[in-house]
Amino acid sequence: MSNHHIHVTINGKLHHADVESRLLLVHFLRENLNMTGTHIGCDTTSCGACTVQLNGKPVKSCTVLAVQADGMEVKTVEGLATNGKLHPIQEGFHEKHGLQCGFCTPGMMMTSSALLAQNPHPTEDEIRHAISGNLCRCTGYMNIVKAVQYAADKMATAEKAAAD
Amino acid sequence: MIPPTFEYVAPKMLSEAVAALGGHENAKVLAGGQSLIPLMRFRLASPAVLVDITRVEGLSYINEDKGWLKIGSMTRQSTVDHSPLVREKYHLLADTVSVLSDPVVRNMGTVGGNIANGDPGNDYPATMLAYGAEVVAVGPKGERVIPITSFFIGLYESALASNEILTEVRIPTPKPHSGGAYLKLERKVGDFATAAVAAQVELDAKGKFKSVGIGLTNVGLTAIKATAAEDFLKGKDSSDENIRQAAQLAADASAPIADVRGSENYKRSLVKTYTVRALRLAVQRAKGG
Repeated sequence: MSNHHIHVTINGKLHHADVESRLLLVHFLRENLNMTGTHIGCDTTSCGACTVQLNGKPVKSCTVLAVQADGMEVKTVEGLATNGKLHPIQEGFHEKHGLQCGFCTPGMMMTSSALLAQNPHPTEDEIRHAISGNLCRCTGYMNIVKAVQYAADKMATAEKAAAD
Repeated sequence: MIPPTFEYVAPKMLSEAVAALGGHENAKVLAGGQSLIPLMRFRLASPAVLVDITRVEGLSYINEDKGWLKIGSMTRQSTVDHSPLVREKYHLLADTVSVLSDPVVRNMGTVGGNIANGDPGNDYPATMLAYGAEVVAVGPKGERVIPITSFFIGLYESALASNEILTEVRIPTPKPHSGGAYLKLERKVGDFATAAVAAQVELDAKGKFKSVGIGLTNVGLTAIKATAAEDFLKGKDSSDENIRQAAQLAADASAPIADVRGSENYKRSLVKTYTVRALRLAVQRAKGG
Protein backbone atom coordinates (compact mmCIF):
# COMPACT_ATOMS: atom_id res chain seq x y z
CA MET A 1 0.00 0.00 0.00
CA SER A 2 1.31 3.37 -0.93
CA ASN A 3 -0.59 6.46 0.21
CA HIS A 4 -0.04 9.97 -0.99
CA HIS A 5 -1.30 13.35 0.02
CA ILE A 6 -2.45 15.23 -3.06
CA HIS A 7 -3.98 18.62 -3.70
CA VAL A 8 -6.00 19.06 -6.86
CA THR A 9 -8.00 22.07 -7.95
CA ILE A 10 -11.30 20.81 -9.30
CA ASN A 11 -13.62 23.27 -11.00
CA GLY A 12 -11.81 26.09 -9.24
CA LYS A 13 -11.99 24.57 -5.75
CA LEU A 14 -8.89 23.19 -4.05
CA HIS A 15 -9.28 19.64 -2.70
CA HIS A 16 -6.83 17.92 -0.37
CA ALA A 17 -6.95 14.15 -0.07
CA ASP A 18 -4.98 11.10 0.98
CA VAL A 19 -5.17 8.61 -1.86
CA GLU A 20 -3.74 5.22 -2.71
CA SER A 21 -1.26 5.39 -5.57
CA ARG A 22 -3.43 3.06 -7.64
CA LEU A 23 -6.57 5.19 -7.37
CA LEU A 24 -7.64 6.37 -10.81
CA LEU A 25 -8.65 9.96 -11.34
CA VAL A 26 -12.16 8.96 -12.46
CA HIS A 27 -12.69 6.96 -9.26
CA PHE A 28 -11.31 9.83 -7.18
CA LEU A 29 -13.89 12.13 -8.77
CA ARG A 30 -16.85 9.78 -8.62
CA GLU A 31 -16.28 7.84 -5.41
CA ASN A 32 -14.20 10.06 -3.15
CA LEU A 33 -15.79 13.37 -4.15
CA ASN A 34 -19.23 12.11 -5.26
CA MET A 35 -18.88 13.99 -8.53
CA THR A 36 -20.67 11.49 -10.72
CA GLY A 37 -21.05 13.72 -13.76
CA THR A 38 -17.92 12.12 -15.22
CA HIS A 39 -18.95 8.71 -16.57
CA ILE A 40 -17.11 5.41 -16.79
CA GLY A 41 -17.68 3.72 -20.13
CA CYS A 42 -15.24 1.24 -21.62
CA ASP A 43 -12.69 1.56 -18.80
CA THR A 44 -9.92 1.03 -21.38
CA THR A 45 -9.13 4.46 -22.88
CA SER A 46 -11.24 3.77 -25.95
CA CYS A 47 -14.58 5.51 -25.53
CA GLY A 48 -13.89 8.90 -23.94
CA ALA A 49 -16.97 8.92 -21.65
CA CYS A 50 -14.65 9.74 -18.73
CA THR A 51 -13.00 12.73 -20.45
CA VAL A 52 -12.12 15.63 -18.14
CA GLN A 53 -9.80 18.58 -18.70
CA LEU A 54 -6.42 18.39 -16.99
CA ASN A 55 -4.70 21.78 -17.04
CA GLY A 56 -7.10 22.73 -19.84
CA LYS A 57 -6.53 19.70 -22.06
CA PRO A 58 -9.02 16.87 -22.44
CA VAL A 59 -7.74 13.54 -21.08
CA LYS A 60 -9.36 10.18 -20.34
CA SER A 61 -9.62 10.05 -16.56
CA CYS A 62 -9.87 6.23 -16.47
CA THR A 63 -6.23 6.17 -17.59
CA VAL A 64 -4.81 8.83 -15.30
CA LEU A 65 -3.85 8.14 -11.70
CA ALA A 66 -5.16 10.59 -9.12
CA VAL A 67 -1.55 11.08 -7.95
CA GLN A 68 -0.57 12.18 -11.46
CA ALA A 69 -3.03 15.06 -11.11
CA ASP A 70 -1.37 16.30 -7.90
CA GLY A 71 -0.94 20.06 -8.11
CA MET A 72 -2.94 20.32 -11.31
CA GLU A 73 -6.26 21.78 -12.33
CA VAL A 74 -9.11 19.50 -13.27
CA LYS A 75 -12.30 20.61 -14.91
CA THR A 76 -15.29 18.29 -15.06
CA VAL A 77 -18.75 18.60 -16.56
CA GLU A 78 -19.94 19.97 -13.20
CA GLY A 79 -17.65 22.95 -13.76
CA LEU A 80 -19.13 24.03 -17.09
CA ALA A 81 -22.14 26.00 -15.84
CA THR A 82 -21.46 29.23 -13.93
CA ASN A 83 -23.88 30.73 -11.40
CA GLY A 84 -26.66 28.46 -12.60
CA LYS A 85 -26.20 29.56 -16.20
CA LEU A 86 -25.44 26.87 -18.76
CA HIS A 87 -22.16 26.97 -20.68
CA PRO A 88 -22.77 27.57 -24.42
CA ILE A 89 -21.72 23.97 -25.12
CA GLN A 90 -24.42 22.71 -22.74
CA GLU A 91 -26.94 25.01 -24.36
CA GLY A 92 -25.87 23.70 -27.75
CA PHE A 93 -26.42 20.06 -26.76
CA HIS A 94 -29.85 21.06 -25.41
CA GLU A 95 -30.90 23.16 -28.39
CA LYS A 96 -29.58 20.85 -31.11
CA HIS A 97 -30.61 17.58 -29.47
CA GLY A 98 -26.94 16.61 -29.16
CA LEU A 99 -27.73 13.69 -26.88
CA GLN A 100 -29.92 10.63 -27.00
CA CYS A 101 -29.04 8.30 -24.09
CA GLY A 102 -26.67 10.94 -22.71
CA PHE A 103 -23.93 8.60 -21.61
CA CYS A 104 -21.18 10.06 -23.80
CA THR A 105 -22.37 13.64 -23.27
CA PRO A 106 -20.12 14.76 -20.38
CA GLY A 107 -17.03 13.51 -22.23
CA MET A 108 -18.20 15.01 -25.52
CA MET A 109 -18.73 18.37 -23.84
CA MET A 110 -15.35 18.37 -22.09
CA THR A 111 -13.55 17.53 -25.35
CA SER A 112 -15.50 20.00 -27.48
CA SER A 113 -15.36 22.87 -24.97
CA ALA A 114 -11.57 22.43 -24.87
CA LEU A 115 -11.56 22.58 -28.68
CA LEU A 116 -13.55 25.83 -28.65
CA ALA A 117 -11.22 27.38 -26.07
CA GLN A 118 -8.30 26.71 -28.41
CA ASN A 119 -10.05 27.11 -31.77
CA PRO A 120 -13.16 29.34 -31.46
CA HIS A 121 -14.24 28.86 -35.09
CA PRO A 122 -13.67 25.21 -35.97
CA THR A 123 -14.75 23.76 -39.30
CA GLU A 124 -16.97 20.70 -39.32
CA ASP A 125 -13.90 18.59 -40.12
CA GLU A 126 -12.01 20.05 -37.18
CA ILE A 127 -14.92 19.30 -34.85
CA ARG A 128 -15.21 15.72 -36.09
CA HIS A 129 -11.45 15.26 -35.76
CA ALA A 130 -11.42 16.68 -32.21
CA ILE A 131 -14.17 14.33 -30.99
CA SER A 132 -12.85 11.27 -32.83
CA GLY A 133 -11.64 9.82 -29.52
CA ASN A 134 -15.12 10.09 -28.00
CA LEU A 135 -17.66 7.45 -28.99
CA CYS A 136 -21.43 7.92 -29.16
CA ARG A 137 -23.05 4.49 -29.24
CA CYS A 138 -26.35 6.11 -30.25
CA THR A 139 -24.36 7.34 -33.29
CA GLY A 140 -25.80 10.82 -32.83
CA TYR A 141 -22.77 12.55 -34.28
CA MET A 142 -24.69 14.83 -36.66
CA ASN A 143 -26.40 16.63 -33.82
CA ILE A 144 -23.30 16.60 -31.65
CA VAL A 145 -21.47 18.47 -34.41
CA LYS A 146 -24.40 20.90 -34.69
CA ALA A 147 -24.31 21.40 -30.92
CA VAL A 148 -20.62 22.35 -31.07
CA GLN A 149 -21.29 24.71 -33.99
CA TYR A 150 -24.16 26.28 -32.02
CA ALA A 151 -21.81 26.84 -29.08
CA ALA A 152 -19.13 28.35 -31.34
CA ASP A 153 -21.66 30.80 -32.82
CA LYS A 154 -23.07 31.64 -29.40
CA MET A 155 -19.61 32.32 -27.95
CA ALA A 156 -18.63 34.45 -30.98
CA THR A 157 -21.82 36.51 -30.60
CA ALA A 158 -21.25 36.97 -26.88
CA GLU A 159 -17.67 38.04 -27.52
CA LYS A 160 -18.76 40.54 -30.17
CA ALA A 161 -21.43 41.95 -27.83
CA ALA A 162 -18.82 42.32 -25.09
CA ALA A 163 -16.48 44.12 -27.50
CA ASP A 164 -19.17 46.52 -28.76
CA MET B 1 -10.41 -3.35 -13.06
CA ILE B 2 -8.17 -1.68 -10.55
CA PRO B 3 -4.38 -1.99 -10.76
CA PRO B 4 -2.51 -3.97 -8.10
CA THR B 5 -0.88 -1.86 -5.40
CA PHE B 6 2.46 -0.23 -6.11
CA GLU B 7 4.79 2.36 -4.69
CA TYR B 8 4.76 5.66 -6.56
CA VAL B 9 7.46 8.29 -6.74
CA ALA B 10 7.56 11.45 -8.85
CA PRO B 11 11.09 12.87 -8.67
CA LYS B 12 12.03 16.26 -10.10
CA MET B 13 15.60 15.35 -11.05
CA LEU B 14 16.59 12.83 -13.71
CA SER B 15 19.33 11.46 -11.41
CA GLU B 16 16.72 10.78 -8.72
CA ALA B 17 14.50 9.03 -11.24
CA VAL B 18 17.38 6.81 -12.39
CA ALA B 19 18.23 6.00 -8.75
CA ALA B 20 14.59 5.18 -7.98
CA LEU B 21 14.40 2.95 -11.04
CA GLY B 22 17.54 1.09 -9.99
CA GLY B 23 16.33 0.80 -6.40
CA HIS B 24 13.90 -2.03 -7.07
CA GLU B 25 14.10 -4.89 -9.54
CA ASN B 26 10.46 -4.49 -10.50
CA ALA B 27 10.33 -0.73 -11.02
CA LYS B 28 8.90 0.81 -14.18
CA VAL B 29 8.92 4.27 -15.68
CA LEU B 30 5.54 5.99 -15.89
CA ALA B 31 5.49 8.48 -18.77
CA GLY B 32 2.02 9.37 -20.12
CA GLY B 33 0.63 6.06 -18.89
CA GLN B 34 -1.66 5.54 -21.86
CA SER B 35 -0.34 2.02 -22.47
CA LEU B 36 1.07 1.12 -19.06
CA ILE B 37 -1.99 2.03 -16.97
CA PRO B 38 -4.39 -0.10 -19.08
CA LEU B 39 -1.85 -2.97 -18.90
CA MET B 40 -1.80 -2.62 -15.12
CA ARG B 41 -5.58 -2.47 -14.96
CA PHE B 42 -5.75 -5.76 -16.90
CA ARG B 43 -3.04 -7.03 -14.53
CA LEU B 44 -0.84 -7.85 -17.50
CA ALA B 45 1.78 -5.65 -15.83
CA SER B 46 2.24 -5.33 -12.08
CA PRO B 47 5.28 -3.21 -11.32
CA ALA B 48 6.14 -2.83 -7.64
CA VAL B 49 7.32 0.74 -8.10
CA LEU B 50 6.23 3.38 -10.61
CA VAL B 51 8.69 6.16 -11.27
CA ASP B 52 6.63 9.00 -12.74
CA ILE B 53 8.96 11.19 -14.81
CA THR B 54 6.33 13.85 -15.62
CA ARG B 55 7.83 16.20 -13.07
CA VAL B 56 11.44 15.74 -14.20
CA GLU B 57 12.43 19.03 -15.75
CA GLY B 58 13.87 19.39 -19.23
CA LEU B 59 12.38 16.35 -20.96
CA SER B 60 9.83 18.17 -23.09
CA TYR B 61 11.13 19.97 -26.19
CA ILE B 62 11.29 19.82 -30.00
CA ASN B 63 14.24 21.50 -31.69
CA GLU B 64 16.65 21.16 -34.57
CA ASP B 65 20.32 20.91 -33.73
CA LYS B 66 23.30 19.99 -35.92
CA GLY B 67 21.41 17.99 -38.51
CA TRP B 68 19.01 16.32 -36.10
CA LEU B 69 15.49 16.91 -34.89
CA LYS B 70 15.71 16.35 -31.16
CA ILE B 71 12.55 15.51 -29.24
CA GLY B 72 12.48 15.18 -25.46
CA SER B 73 10.99 11.89 -24.37
CA MET B 74 8.22 13.49 -22.27
CA THR B 75 6.98 15.63 -25.16
CA ARG B 76 3.26 14.92 -25.50
CA GLN B 77 1.98 13.57 -28.81
CA SER B 78 -0.35 16.56 -29.15
CA THR B 79 2.67 18.90 -28.96
CA VAL B 80 4.34 17.02 -31.82
CA ASP B 81 1.03 17.00 -33.72
CA HIS B 82 0.75 20.80 -33.47
CA SER B 83 4.43 21.60 -34.12
CA PRO B 84 4.82 23.83 -37.22
CA LEU B 85 8.41 22.61 -37.60
CA VAL B 86 7.29 18.97 -37.72
CA ARG B 87 4.45 19.72 -40.13
CA GLU B 88 6.73 21.66 -42.45
CA LYS B 89 9.78 19.42 -42.64
CA TYR B 90 9.02 16.03 -41.13
CA HIS B 91 6.08 14.67 -43.15
CA LEU B 92 6.53 11.09 -42.03
CA LEU B 93 6.50 12.09 -38.36
CA ALA B 94 3.56 14.47 -38.89
CA ASP B 95 1.58 11.72 -40.64
CA THR B 96 2.38 9.25 -37.88
CA VAL B 97 1.42 11.39 -34.92
CA SER B 98 -1.84 12.44 -36.60
CA VAL B 99 -3.08 8.83 -36.63
CA LEU B 100 -1.48 7.71 -33.37
CA SER B 101 -4.32 6.67 -31.05
CA ASP B 102 -6.86 9.53 -30.78
CA PRO B 103 -6.67 13.28 -30.11
CA VAL B 104 -7.59 12.98 -26.41
CA VAL B 105 -5.08 10.19 -25.73
CA ARG B 106 -2.45 12.27 -27.54
CA ASN B 107 -2.74 14.91 -24.80
CA MET B 108 -1.28 12.43 -22.29
CA GLY B 109 0.75 10.02 -24.46
CA THR B 110 4.44 10.77 -24.89
CA VAL B 111 7.02 10.31 -27.63
CA GLY B 112 9.36 8.31 -25.38
CA GLY B 113 6.56 6.14 -24.08
CA ASN B 114 5.42 5.14 -27.54
CA ILE B 115 8.96 4.02 -28.42
CA ALA B 116 9.99 2.43 -25.12
CA ASN B 117 6.72 0.56 -24.55
CA GLY B 118 7.61 -2.17 -27.05
CA ASP B 119 4.14 -3.02 -28.33
CA PRO B 120 4.32 -3.87 -32.06
CA GLY B 121 1.10 -1.87 -32.45
CA ASN B 122 2.79 1.37 -31.39
CA ASP B 123 3.21 3.67 -34.38
CA TYR B 124 6.53 5.43 -33.73
CA PRO B 125 8.83 2.39 -33.93
CA ALA B 126 8.28 1.79 -37.68
CA THR B 127 8.59 5.51 -38.35
CA MET B 128 11.85 5.77 -36.40
CA LEU B 129 13.21 2.72 -38.28
CA ALA B 130 12.35 4.40 -41.60
CA TYR B 131 14.03 7.64 -40.51
CA GLY B 132 17.14 5.91 -39.14
CA ALA B 133 16.64 7.61 -35.78
CA GLU B 134 18.63 7.33 -32.57
CA VAL B 135 17.46 7.31 -28.98
CA VAL B 136 19.32 8.62 -25.96
CA ALA B 137 19.15 6.65 -22.73
CA VAL B 138 20.36 7.79 -19.32
CA GLY B 139 21.38 5.32 -16.62
CA PRO B 140 23.51 5.36 -13.47
CA LYS B 141 26.70 5.56 -15.54
CA GLY B 142 25.48 8.43 -17.67
CA GLU B 143 24.18 8.77 -21.18
CA ARG B 144 24.40 6.48 -24.19
CA VAL B 145 23.09 6.74 -27.72
CA ILE B 146 21.33 3.72 -29.17
CA PRO B 147 20.70 3.39 -32.93
CA ILE B 148 17.04 2.59 -33.47
CA THR B 149 17.97 -0.50 -35.50
CA SER B 150 19.25 -2.18 -32.35
CA PHE B 151 16.57 -0.83 -30.00
CA PHE B 152 13.60 -3.17 -30.52
CA ILE B 153 14.46 -6.62 -29.21
CA GLY B 154 11.10 -8.36 -28.86
CA LEU B 155 7.57 -8.08 -27.56
CA TYR B 156 7.67 -5.42 -24.80
CA GLU B 157 11.44 -5.78 -24.80
CA SER B 158 13.91 -3.09 -25.80
CA ALA B 159 17.63 -2.39 -25.54
CA LEU B 160 16.97 -0.22 -22.49
CA ALA B 161 18.42 -1.65 -19.29
CA SER B 162 15.97 -1.86 -16.39
CA ASN B 163 17.63 1.17 -14.76
CA GLU B 164 17.81 3.33 -17.87
CA ILE B 165 15.41 6.08 -18.92
CA LEU B 166 14.84 7.10 -22.53
CA THR B 167 15.36 10.86 -22.57
CA GLU B 168 15.53 11.90 -26.22
CA VAL B 169 14.78 10.78 -29.76
CA ARG B 170 16.90 12.11 -32.63
CA ILE B 171 15.62 12.10 -36.19
CA PRO B 172 18.06 13.02 -39.00
CA THR B 173 16.94 16.25 -40.66
CA PRO B 174 15.84 15.24 -44.19
CA LYS B 175 18.18 16.35 -46.97
CA PRO B 176 16.80 18.32 -49.94
CA HIS B 177 14.65 16.19 -52.28
CA SER B 178 13.45 14.03 -49.39
CA GLY B 179 9.92 13.02 -48.53
CA GLY B 180 8.09 10.64 -46.26
CA ALA B 181 4.66 9.23 -45.51
CA TYR B 182 2.89 7.01 -42.97
CA LEU B 183 -0.17 5.08 -44.01
CA LYS B 184 -2.21 3.19 -41.45
CA LEU B 185 -5.32 1.09 -41.71
CA GLU B 186 -7.27 1.10 -38.47
CA ARG B 187 -10.76 -0.24 -37.77
CA LYS B 188 -11.64 2.87 -35.83
CA VAL B 189 -9.80 5.93 -34.56
CA GLY B 190 -7.77 4.88 -31.55
CA ASP B 191 -7.38 1.23 -32.51
CA PHE B 192 -3.99 -0.31 -33.13
CA ALA B 193 -3.09 -0.61 -36.80
CA THR B 194 -4.33 -3.61 -38.75
CA ALA B 195 -1.05 -2.79 -40.50
CA ALA B 196 0.79 0.43 -41.23
CA VAL B 197 3.74 1.41 -43.39
CA ALA B 198 6.31 4.17 -42.84
CA ALA B 199 8.39 5.31 -45.81
CA GLN B 200 11.16 7.92 -45.98
CA VAL B 201 13.03 8.52 -49.25
CA GLU B 202 15.73 10.78 -50.64
CA LEU B 203 16.07 11.26 -54.41
CA ASP B 204 19.19 12.25 -56.36
CA ALA B 205 19.37 14.87 -59.12
CA LYS B 206 18.12 12.34 -61.68
CA GLY B 207 15.15 11.36 -59.52
CA LYS B 208 16.63 8.01 -58.49
CA PHE B 209 16.43 6.70 -54.94
CA LYS B 210 19.50 7.83 -52.99
CA SER B 211 18.26 6.47 -49.68
CA VAL B 212 15.13 4.60 -48.66
CA GLY B 213 13.74 3.71 -45.24
CA ILE B 214 10.70 1.46 -44.84
CA GLY B 215 9.20 0.43 -41.49
CA LEU B 216 6.20 -1.83 -40.84
CA THR B 217 3.80 -1.58 -37.88
CA ASN B 218 1.96 -4.45 -36.16
CA VAL B 219 2.91 -7.24 -38.53
CA GLY B 220 5.46 -8.97 -36.29
CA LEU B 221 6.63 -9.14 -32.68
CA THR B 222 8.35 -5.79 -33.15
CA ALA B 223 8.22 -3.12 -35.81
CA ILE B 224 10.03 -4.43 -38.89
CA LYS B 225 12.61 -2.66 -41.04
CA ALA B 226 12.05 -3.89 -44.59
CA THR B 227 15.74 -3.92 -45.54
CA ALA B 228 15.41 -6.07 -48.68
CA ALA B 229 12.89 -3.60 -50.11
CA GLU B 230 15.09 -0.65 -49.15
CA ASP B 231 18.21 -2.17 -50.73
CA PHE B 232 16.29 -3.11 -53.88
CA LEU B 233 15.25 0.49 -54.51
CA LYS B 234 18.60 2.18 -53.93
CA GLY B 235 19.94 3.61 -57.21
CA LYS B 236 16.73 2.77 -59.08
CA ASP B 237 14.16 5.17 -60.44
CA SER B 238 10.74 5.54 -58.88
CA SER B 239 8.83 3.70 -61.61
CA ASP B 240 5.65 1.87 -60.68
CA GLU B 241 7.34 -1.42 -61.54
CA ASN B 242 10.20 -0.79 -59.09
CA ILE B 243 7.86 0.38 -56.35
CA ARG B 244 5.65 -2.68 -56.78
CA GLN B 245 8.62 -5.03 -56.57
CA ALA B 246 9.87 -3.29 -53.43
CA ALA B 247 6.38 -3.52 -51.92
CA GLN B 248 6.36 -7.28 -52.53
CA LEU B 249 9.71 -7.54 -50.72
CA ALA B 250 8.24 -5.54 -47.81
CA ALA B 251 5.22 -7.86 -47.68
CA ASP B 252 7.61 -10.84 -47.68
CA ALA B 253 9.46 -9.30 -44.71
CA SER B 254 6.27 -9.01 -42.67
CA ALA B 255 5.32 -11.74 -40.22
CA PRO B 256 1.71 -11.04 -39.25
CA ILE B 257 -0.50 -13.30 -37.18
CA ALA B 258 -4.21 -13.76 -37.76
CA ASP B 259 -6.41 -11.97 -35.23
CA VAL B 260 -9.66 -10.00 -35.07
CA ARG B 261 -8.16 -7.47 -37.48
CA GLY B 262 -7.59 -9.95 -40.29
CA SER B 263 -5.89 -13.08 -41.59
CA GLU B 264 -2.19 -13.42 -42.29
CA ASN B 265 -2.74 -13.21 -46.04
CA TYR B 266 -4.95 -10.17 -45.72
CA LYS B 267 -2.34 -8.35 -43.65
CA ARG B 268 0.51 -9.26 -46.03
CA SER B 269 -1.55 -8.02 -48.93
CA LEU B 270 -2.27 -4.85 -46.98
CA VAL B 271 1.45 -4.30 -46.34
CA LYS B 272 2.09 -4.56 -50.08
CA THR B 273 -0.67 -2.14 -51.05
CA TYR B 274 0.23 0.37 -48.35
CA THR B 275 3.94 0.17 -49.17
CA VAL B 276 3.14 1.08 -52.78
CA ARG B 277 0.99 4.00 -51.68
CA ALA B 278 3.40 5.21 -48.97
CA LEU B 279 6.35 5.13 -51.38
CA ARG B 280 4.39 6.97 -54.08
CA LEU B 281 3.38 9.67 -51.62
CA ALA B 282 6.92 9.93 -50.24
CA VAL B 283 8.31 10.33 -53.77
CA GLN B 284 5.68 12.93 -54.62
CA ARG B 285 6.61 14.90 -51.50
CA ALA B 286 10.32 14.53 -52.27
CA LYS B 287 9.64 16.14 -55.63
CA GLY B 288 7.96 19.00 -53.84
CA GLY B 289 4.39 17.94 -54.65
